[in-house]
Amino acid sequence: MIMVELDLTMVNWARAQFALTAMYHWLFVPLTLGLSFLCAFFESIYVRTKDKQWKALTKFWMTLFGINFAIGVATGIILEFEFGTNWSNYAWIVGDIFGAPLAIEGIFAFFLEATFFAVMFFGWERVSTKFHLFSTWMVAIGSNLSAVWILVANGWMQNPVGMIFNPQTARFEMNNFAEVVFNPVAVSKFIHTSSSGFLFASLFVLSISCWYLIKKRHIQMAKRSIVVASVFGLLSSSFVVLTGDESAFLVAQKQPMKLAAIEGLYKGQTKAPIVAAGILNSDKKPGDNQEPFLVEIKIPYLLSFLANRSFNSFVPGIDDLVYGNEAQKIESTASKMAKGKTALKNLALFKQAQKENNDQKAQIFLANFRKNQEFMGYGYLDSPEEAVPPVAIPYYAFHIMVALGTLFPIIFAVFLFFALKDLLTQKRWLLPIGLISVFLGLMAQQSGWIVAEVGRQPWAIKGLLPVKMSATNLFAGNIQITFFMFLGLFTILLMAEISIMLKQISIGPGEGR
Amino acid sequence: MISNLDYATLQQLWWIICSIVGSLFLFLTFVQGGQTLLWQVAKTDLEKSLVVTSLGRKWKMPFTTLVLFGGALFAAFPKFYATSFGGAYWVWMLILFSFIIQAVSYEYRKKPNNLLGSGVYELFLFINGSLGILLIGAAVGTFYTGSNFTLDLFNRVAWDYYFMGINLRGLEAAFSLFNLSLGIFLVFNARVLGALYLLNNIDFSLTPHLESRLRKGIWYNFLIALPFLLYVFISILFMKGFGVDSKGIVSFVSSKYLSNLLAMPYLMILLLTGIILVLYGVLSSSFKKSFMGIWFSGLGTIFVGLVVLCLPAFNNTAFYPSKLDLQSSLTIFNASSSLFTLKTMTYVALGIPIVLAYVIYVWKLMDSKKLTANEVVEEESY
Repeated sequence: MIMVELDLTMVNWARAQFALTAMYHWLFVPLTLGLSFLCAFFESIYVRTKDKQWKALTKFWMTLFGINFAIGVATGIILEFEFGTNWSNYAWIVGDIFGAPLAIEGIFAFFLEATFFAVMFFGWERVSTKFHLFSTWMVAIGSNLSAVWILVANGWMQNPVGMIFNPQTARFEMNNFAEVVFNPVAVSKFIHTSSSGFLFASLFVLSISCWYLIKKRHIQMAKRSIVVASVFGLLSSSFVVLTGDESAFLVAQKQPMKLAAIEGLYKGQTKAPIVAAGILNSDKKPGDNQEPFLVEIKIPYLLSFLANRSFNSFVPGIDDLVYGNEAQKIESTASKMAKGKTALKNLALFKQAQKENNDQKAQIFLANFRKNQEFMGYGYLDSPEEAVPPVAIPYYAFHIMVALGTLFPIIFAVFLFFALKDLLTQKRWLLPIGLISVFLGLMAQQSGWIVAEVGRQPWAIKGLLPVKMSATNLFAGNIQITFFMFLGLFTILLMAEISIMLKQISIGPGEGR
Repeated sequence: MISNLDYATLQQLWWIICSIVGSLFLFLTFVQGGQTLLWQVAKTDLEKSLVVTSLGRKWKMPFTTLVLFGGALFAAFPKFYATSFGGAYWVWMLILFSFIIQAVSYEYRKKPNNLLGSGVYELFLFINGSLGILLIGAAVGTFYTGSNFTLDLFNRVAWDYYFMGINLRGLEAAFSLFNLSLGIFLVFNARVLGALYLLNNIDFSLTPHLESRLRKGIWYNFLIALPFLLYVFISILFMKGFGVDSKGIVSFVSSKYLSNLLAMPYLMILLLTGIILVLYGVLSSSFKKSFMGIWFSGLGTIFVGLVVLCLPAFNNTAFYPSKLDLQSSLTIFNASSSLFTLKTMTYVALGIPIVLAYVIYVWKLMDSKKLTANEVVEEESY
């Protein structure tokens, strides 16, 4: 049989460990993505103006970039290898497709970063000014190229394309590289994620600069930093809003269950309203008659428009997707599960017949498998309700992300306006808002990934492979130990990073490192 | 041209590519080796700063090469990636742990308010350079000695080695004298390379004692590495290997690796050239005041590394053998990606020479002037 007895406690620990390492990693990566470009902007201005203050400013932000970069690298290495250590079934079944972007990331992105990073930090007196600037840009491009490839890999998990299933090897194999790379979900993910990184880094610069203005220190440097960060932040936050809309549209088309979960939509509707804010009823279960919300504020028609670009369209809810909806021609999960189990059974029989060199039987089982292979992943589910992600987590995360995402362009626009009028030091009420904005950015960043990853549960690869079948066959104790090892280590390193950063900020430009 | 390559050729080509990346990593472990020398060769704060700054400008190269090695294996040999990383869980977790603590240590060591104190970050660097490299050596050793896994019909890995009721998940690799010897050899070879690199990279005009300690360090560490290297090579020549017949059946074959070496004379030439280069680098730097030894010993290490990684993989040999179930053993041909993926990746690999070219160019540019005491005191340093 293809079903093996995996320890579900272990699977959940593996999930928790991946979530832990990914969330820690994502504390640092957005700053790397955006601050690398901001450093390149600052240095470009220095090279153009030859103004030494811009050089000091560039070096100051580079110091903070370096501190953050190191811990981003440290938390990143474990993620790549966790696909092998914790998710070895996954690594084998889709390594053909998933491994390629990771290898390309290594060849083209990491070496670009690693090579030019040394010049960026230690090359001021060793290379020409122009080559130094070139190196800083290469670090920024390399960091963002790295994001391209990892998001291609992630996008493929959310919307698997460009591959076929090979029953001989019982694994998925790539048959169209361009489809994998230009997968619309991957493209949308990269644009949305990288621009959100730019946004976050702009908030970081804004926040620290506001602190200097509050303390009345390094005023000119702070004002200059705010102008550049506000322009970059305004552009990138506007882009985040636009790409967020495209992202939601793609979720509706490719992952309707995720959309239903993030909206708390149980019963599908035409002219569906969007929930602007609301408190979920925690007792609500799929298929029961309880109200999904205790309190809610809705905007009519907007969800239909968001999901299908039509105000009158039907948006399926969780119940429609689990129990089916004949009128809307939505197949129930139970029916998909039955087909999936038939597929898996015939795949196992095919493999057995092959082992026994019985070609005739093998061909019959293979034909039966092919008829149902589209639903193969559903064959691993134990109940139709297992296809539903934990609704509350992605629902609240999505609403936090959207609310904050809408706020950021306003913050940047206001700061840019007063910065250009040179009124920042007079508008002191504004400075604490800038100071705390970085924490709001952090919250939005984490919420975004929670929506993406919790919202797609139970699938590792949408519809084809559930997370529980992706895990390595380990004892839970192994992962529990490494979970706490990484939790402890990452927490200590995070505290060290914050402590070092605060000290460097307190020292200020010109005297750091 | 790539589109005309057949599946078997691509599978072998990708093992060679992965081996080259792995061998480059072994050369770049001069960073790790240098880290373990810190307390031994640097006696003053200035000497310490010179050593750490010199190594710190290169620390990302072995780190990135290791990540690329993992990525290339994932893409080209996913069954090996899944079996080894999922099976030998603890070995890989500890290796990764040692690289995590390395990544922050250079940047944080001398920064004010670094929470742990510079000594702890130096200890992190030592652990990475010693335990990390030792375990990598032990993991590579299992290419020859085998591992305790089985694969089912759907290639799911099960690991079966218990010690006092605990499944060691790969840690037992360190119980094998061969694996342990290979690991210890790599640690001391990395220390030799580390000393050679520092000799080449630092201006010793204000720190002459550092130079003499490094020269001594090269020779002593080489002497310690030598018996382990000899033990590994003598064992390889006489040990049973994991042969694969024309039907894909794996069985023990006497002196398999010796016969592989004789069947592939270019590997023999590579091995001898590698050993001579390593020796020349060591002797010229220890006794002739040369500063260029790193390039000879480094190239020699790459050649020897290539032999170590290719010998158990070619000539009908299982490169990741299972001791528990010989037929679960992995070969280049049963562990690789599909033809389409290998072809695609080969097109991608055409970019590698460009990457190598700019890495070499920037390296030369940055190291054209030696690192001076003045620089670590007055400019950017770790």
